[in-house]
Amino acid sequence: MDWVNDVIQGILTGGLYALFACGLSLMFGVMKVVNLAHGDLAVIGGYVALAVITITHIPVLWSFVIVVPIMAGFGYVLQRTLIQAALDRGVLTTLIVTFGLSVVIENALLQFVNANSHSLGTGNSIITSSFSIGSQIQIAYLLLLIFVVAVVVLLSLQYFLSASKYGRMIRAVADDKEAAQLSGIDYRHVFGIAAAIAFGTVALAGIGYGMYSQFSPTTGTDTILLFAFAAVVIGGLGSLWGTLVGGVVLGVAQEIGSQINQSDQLLAGYIVFLVVLVIRPQGLTTRRAQS
Amino acid sequence: MTEPPKGRRPAWTEERGTSDEGRRGFEGAPEASGKGSGPEASGASRASTPLLEVRDLTVHHGQLRALDHISLRVFPGEVYAIIGANGAGKSTLLRTIAGLHQPTEGSVLLDGQDLTRLRPERRATQGIAMVPEGRRLFGSLTVQENLQIGATYAREGPWTIDRVYEIFDWMSQRKTQRTAQLSGGEQQAVAIGRALVANPRVLLLDELSLGLAPVVVQRIYAMLPQILATGLTVLLVEQDVSQALRVATRIQCLLEGRTTLEGRPSDVTADQVEAAYFGLAGAAAAPPDEGTEP
Amino acid sequence: MSVVTETTARSEENYRVTRSRRNVAWTWIGALVVVVVLALFPYIVYSGTTTIMVQAFIVLTLASMWNLMAGYAGLVSVGQQAFVGLGAYFVLLLALHGLSPFGGLPVAAIGCGVAAVPLWWLVSRLRSGYFAIATWVLATTVMLFIEKFPSLGSGTGMPLPGLSGYSPTLLVAYTYWIGLAVTVLALGTVYLLLRGRLGLVLTAIRDDEGAARSSGARVGLARMLVFVIAAIGCGAAGGVLAISQLIVQPSAVFSVQWTAEMAFAVIIGGLGTIEGPILGTAVYIILQQTLASYNAWYLIILGLVAIVIALFARRGLWGLVDEHLHVRLFPVGYWLWAPGSNGRRGLRLRLRLRRGERHS
Repeated sequence: MDWVNDVIQGILTGGLYALFACGLSLMFGVMKVVNLAHGDLAVIGGYVALAVITITHIPVLWSFVIVVPIMAGFGYVLQRTLIQAALDRGVLTTLIVTFGLSVVIENALLQFVNANSHSLGTGNSIITSSFSIGSQIQIAYLLLLIFVVAVVVLLSLQYFLSASKYGRMIRAVADDKEAAQLSGIDYRHVFGIAAAIAFGTVALAGIGYGMYSQFSPTTGTDTILLFAFAAVVIGGLGSLWGTLVGGVVLGVAQEIGSQINQSDQLLAGYIVFLVVLVIRPQGLTTRRAQS
Repeated sequence: MTEPPKGRRPAWTEERGTSDEGRRGFEGAPEASGKGSGPEASGASRASTPLLEVRDLTVHHGQLRALDHISLRVFPGEVYAIIGANGAGKSTLLRTIAGLHQPTEGSVLLDGQDLTRLRPERRATQGIAMVPEGRRLFGSLTVQENLQIGATYAREGPWTIDRVYEIFDWMSQRKTQRTAQLSGGEQQAVAIGRALVANPRVLLLDELSLGLAPVVVQRIYAMLPQILATGLTVLLVEQDVSQALRVATRIQCLLEGRTTLEGRPSDVTADQVEAAYFGLAGAAAAPPDEGTEP
Repeated sequence: MSVVTETTARSEENYRVTRSRRNVAWTWIGALVVVVVLALFPYIVYSGTTTIMVQAFIVLTLASMWNLMAGYAGLVSVGQQAFVGLGAYFVLLLALHGLSPFGGLPVAAIGCGVAAVPLWWLVSRLRSGYFAIATWVLATTVMLFIEKFPSLGSGTGMPLPGLSGYSPTLLVAYTYWIGLAVTVLALGTVYLLLRGRLGLVLTAIRDDEGAARSSGARVGLARMLVFVIAAIGCGAAGGVLAISQLIVQPSAVFSVQWTAEMAFAVIIGGLGTIEGPILGTAVYIILQQTLASYNAWYLIILGLVAIVIALFARRGLWGLVDEHLHVRLFPVGYWLWAPGSNGRRGLRLRLRLRRGERHS
């Protein structure tokens, strides 16, 4: 029953993918912005964490306390300035600007850091080890922790959106930003909040990724952006649960692919993405077909 | 109230002065026969500055001039109706007052304060609330949540979400339902409620009757007295001229962005309205009032 | 677009509609001269220059294709590297089976066009932003798929056979000429297409898609046609790339950097005009040559300039030139001449055939 272990590994990895994806989904749902630099922001989060750890010697597991607020603040500022300016000029400009941002970020990292891969490591805590269930299943504590964190974040985000005043404002602005203005809401500020959440979550995911694996300047576009997008499409736009489902499906598909052939891991994931795109373009969890 | 002139009586004048509802609609209005119900009703305590004023407003949509040097004054407690055909510029006027369009020339003043440079959300907190054309509810939000959004930056005043549930008695049972699932008339009620809970000073109503059955429209306009009774002032845009004439204290007719008629419903004849509405030759027979106090 | 109404009655015959302000024949002669001069380059310049020119040809071809897609059909693709790579690999495949790369290039380009049809079907239903990322996913998937074939070199790539018989100078010259030919064909095709029926359909779609549909314009077909043509063009450029590099490596030919270069060249030069990509490619080459040793810098600067221009000079550098000098080398719009006007001051009723942006 080796495949049970694979499926479990895939599910756990899927939590991380969902965490990558929720910011992308949020920005699109609220501002109709597809942030092509989304993956690179996770990588920036990783590098910032690296810098913070090096400077302050804070334990790796706690680096997010400093990094996530920084990235969230960066997201608010970037949204209010650059991205809002692009939005005011149209969809094409927004795509060009975010794509340009992605290229600039990656090449700046290549230029000012280096092209090597880095890992955040895990410090010397117990989470480097794994535990076993039975004789077939082996679960790394780190991966489990990342999964739990991802689910907690998604749950909190869902609760925030549905029950809090700001969450309501975000949903209202997403529905009709002009009507929200008529009720006294400055939608640019709400966009900023949404961007802050998106940048914060993706930075958190980047830290997790950096602990579990390695990142380099191009990881943002090689890996993260496409995974996040695949997770969103597979799961369906419009719900955070969909993002989790999408992430899990992607993770499991990749794991099964890698069991078939080591080099087929990525391909398997993308093939599942294409299949879902063809058969059920609205995603697995959305009820009606979206236009 | 003066009698409408004898002779041909088009449909929109038939019910005037005959139905109780119609007469009640004028109770809060300035020229009422002393049966006023609100503080602004009696002519003696009439404020001499307009609550909402538009001066020489010119608005362009790209190259097209939608409004051409429009002026109007709305005094506290009034129901001021803008009528006109499609494309006359009525909705543009309301949207510019609310801040969704920037004028090329002219200004918008609320209680003497110039709002022209303010963004829409700032005008909302100053006391302007608009019920936009087509309702524009937040479809994925529930009835309750739509009202809560309206109350986000509410001013002090008598209107609360509970008060809205009182005057629309069916609403509280449906308050957890998403507004996208409501009927047109129900959505219109929620949209009005959403504007009311902000406790505005001026309520802008954009084409309430659009897309609704006449019976539903009547019911909604029947709410107007209760709304006025709390001290609100209403500026409304209406394509249904008879409805507008029934509820308004003063009307203004627009045609292709220009004012073709102004005055009290009792002072204008049906022919004058018709001529102003359609832009027929001889419409200049009734020169527009230059904002003299009603 | 302002409309001037004339109150005096004039008969319709006195109004003329032309495609450009001056006689178009001059443009054709000018273009011919330029092409002839360029064709003589291998005889008059050093091989270092021709190598740079080949690179310019590749980027110019890619840029004009990206411009066709994004500037006229509203399709923003960040996955065109899929066809660059496919073109290169088709040439490789054909060369492995004995067909000379020069002969194989047209076949490879057509092959890319054929491959584009099912790929279009996969992504055509997606809206703009998601369409963009989906093309990227598609490109990555295509690359991963090709990497599975050891006969094509798997992940490490394979040298291009069939060119060892040529002497180095001759090879350089032939490579240059095929690059020039591809570019001229690409620009010419785009120009003729936009002047013709497709251009009208694209403008109609841009202005009002619903109305265009109801007037009989086949919107989906028009967009697919643009996608396929762009695939052919990018595939041809990929073939030139393979020939000029003499080796085909997946990470090089499928790199997203190609999209970055073509998109930025178009944005900087001017989206929605045919002259824009030319200007943008020139800027790109200049930047690349001056910053050659600072590898990542030219992309950083290119990206920053593209962002600034997208925000503040939306019609690009050519747009700035156009506004002040009213020059059109490749006229695809219309000029309306009021009666009695001389040849110089026509009524500026310019129905510009270009993609503007709708404000949301």
